[in-house]
Amino acid sequence: MSTPTVSIPAPREITTEPRRSDKVFRRIVTAGGLSSLVILGLIAFFLAYSGYEVLKSEGLKFITSADWSISTDDAGNVIDSHFGLAAMLVGTMLCSLVAVVIAVPVSVFSALFLNFYAPNWMKKILISIIDMMAAFPSILFGIWGFLVLMPSVEYWAKLINRYLGWIPVFEVNPYFFTRSPFVAGVVLAIMIIPIITSVSREVFAQAPLDRIQAAFALGATRWAMIKAVVIPYGRSGVIGGAMLGLGRAMGETVAVYTVLNVVFQINWHILLGAGGNVASLIILKFGDASPYEIKALMAAGLVLFLLTLIVNAAANFIVKRTGKSGK
Amino acid sequence: MTHSTAVPTKPWAKKPIDYLRNLSFFLVAILSAYVVVAITPMKGKLGYAFTFFVAYAFITSLFALVSLGIPAAKDAFIKSFVALGAVMTVIPIVSILGTVLKNGLPGIHLGLFTHDMSMATPTDPIENGGLLHAITGTLTLVLLALIMSVPLGILTALYLTEIRGKFSGPIRFLVQAMSGVPSIVAGLFILSAVLYPIAKNYSGLMGALALTILMIPTVARTSEEVLLLIPNDLREAGTALGGTQWRTVAMIVLPAARSGLITAMILGVARIAGETAPILLLTGGGDKVNPNAFSGPLGSLPYYIWKSFNAGSPEAITRAWAGLLVLVLIILILFTLARTLSSRNVARR
Repeated sequence: MSTPTVSIPAPREITTEPRRSDKVFRRIVTAGGLSSLVILGLIAFFLAYSGYEVLKSEGLKFITSADWSISTDDAGNVIDSHFGLAAMLVGTMLCSLVAVVIAVPVSVFSALFLNFYAPNWMKKILISIIDMMAAFPSILFGIWGFLVLMPSVEYWAKLINRYLGWIPVFEVNPYFFTRSPFVAGVVLAIMIIPIITSVSREVFAQAPLDRIQAAFALGATRWAMIKAVVIPYGRSGVIGGAMLGLGRAMGETVAVYTVLNVVFQINWHILLGAGGNVASLIILKFGDASPYEIKALMAAGLVLFLLTLIVNAAANFIVKRTGKSGK
Repeated sequence: MTHSTAVPTKPWAKKPIDYLRNLSFFLVAILSAYVVVAITPMKGKLGYAFTFFVAYAFITSLFALVSLGIPAAKDAFIKSFVALGAVMTVIPIVSILGTVLKNGLPGIHLGLFTHDMSMATPTDPIENGGLLHAITGTLTLVLLALIMSVPLGILTALYLTEIRGKFSGPIRFLVQAMSGVPSIVAGLFILSAVLYPIAKNYSGLMGALALTILMIPTVARTSEEVLLLIPNDLREAGTALGGTQWRTVAMIVLPAARSGLITAMILGVARIAGETAPILLLTGGGDKVNPNAFSGPLGSLPYYIWKSFNAGSPEAITRAWAGLLVLVLIILILFTLARTLSSRNVARR
């Protein structure tokens, strides 16, 4: 008996090398994934490129002076120009700070309500309403704020001025309350409440259940539990959410332009009807701007872009860190 | 010997007397609000709301203090603040929707959807002219932005979930940063990068480019969340059957995530449909139906609302409200659509 000779096939080469179709696929997806990097880079580049001339001639005064004027001769040549964003930057800060100061407590309380107080059915309805509000267009907030909200806010501003007028910030020297940074701040607050609420709600919902139950088991009331477990855990998330709202408020254009009286003058009095905002400056001046002034507006856009980018980056960094914080 | 069966008791459940007590606290707070407003100089709705809130917080915490002690009093006190926060979040939404309905409905008529404004000015009586050019313009803008942003957004999401390359962290960060780009900056960017050097003229395409920048982050983030929900078993099964990665993604992962991806698109559209600032800079805002998005000024709902609002006469303001009502309805419909799609998605799984 002879054993038949068996031909042993040569072992196949084992490789982890992806096939060609996969390589193409991976390249395409990576290229698409890098689009956000490309777009952000292009935004920074083109705004800097178009605004370069103005930025160079104005230098640091572009940030520190509050003068915005341009004079041309009959042929349309620029004789003299001063571009300074200081008033607008101060105004942007004032409006968005008012917005954040009003919005944060309201949002934190409503996020707590959604997570720990509301019955389940109410929670579902409220969450979808609040998410929907975040999708409302800013022009809606602007027009509603101008026609509906402004009269009542002016009344509140007068109340604040009457009882707290001795604090320098609430001083109103020419007695003029209409279209003040305070009004813009309230409108912005209403716009960013949904954002801060949903960020805070998500952070609070991540609070560890075992600690919550431990707190209740030790006999804590609901507030004691929140103070001992939820707030320490979610604090940095709330701060991050507030900064996201701040970034949104600083870049808001149409709503602010509709309710704010844009004046080129540094004004720290939030109740006085004179303020500014970099974004609304751009809308205000764009309509009848000469080519040279447009360059200045581009430079203003660059400043706004960098400002919001920094605030947003910081906010995202803080929110992302939340999961790891907490004792 | 009598047998007794243990009856489950729920000592924590509220008894009728508890409901009655809460109701009476409520009534007492309302009553005291009336009394305080009547006898002090505080007046108006604000006075009522403020005194009612203070009275309610005071009464409930006093009751908790007497019956349960200091910690319970603190708890009850904070509870009123929490409820106040929720109410203050909801009031503006109700007020906005209410005013849009109240002021917009008088401006709604059938001609609105069959006429444009080429033969009318915003200050004409409301029967003249209509919204046709604005609605078609907004649809054109949204469609163009969809065509450009959906592939990029979904590719970004695929990179973050399927490839997980070494840029995943930075790209996730950049997408977040991009979602914070102010809309006016996107407009200025297109102005300086495309409109002045290349196109030289206002057109719908310019507006759509700016809207694309605003839409990509929404689409990318929502799609990423959806793709992360697809169980890994599916991907492993695809690979085990000998599929290459691209076939697994194209034939298994993406179809499984289909309704979620549609939700992402809808949310993106809802985000940009009412965007005003870049539209003002880039589209030129015509008053006539313009079927060509690549040349000539293109009207749109936000532009129409803006123009009518700034015209200032009562008729024009009514027009603006009517336009807002249409815009809000569009956004509401889109949003409800996205909600039902995504909830069905979860229920099926």
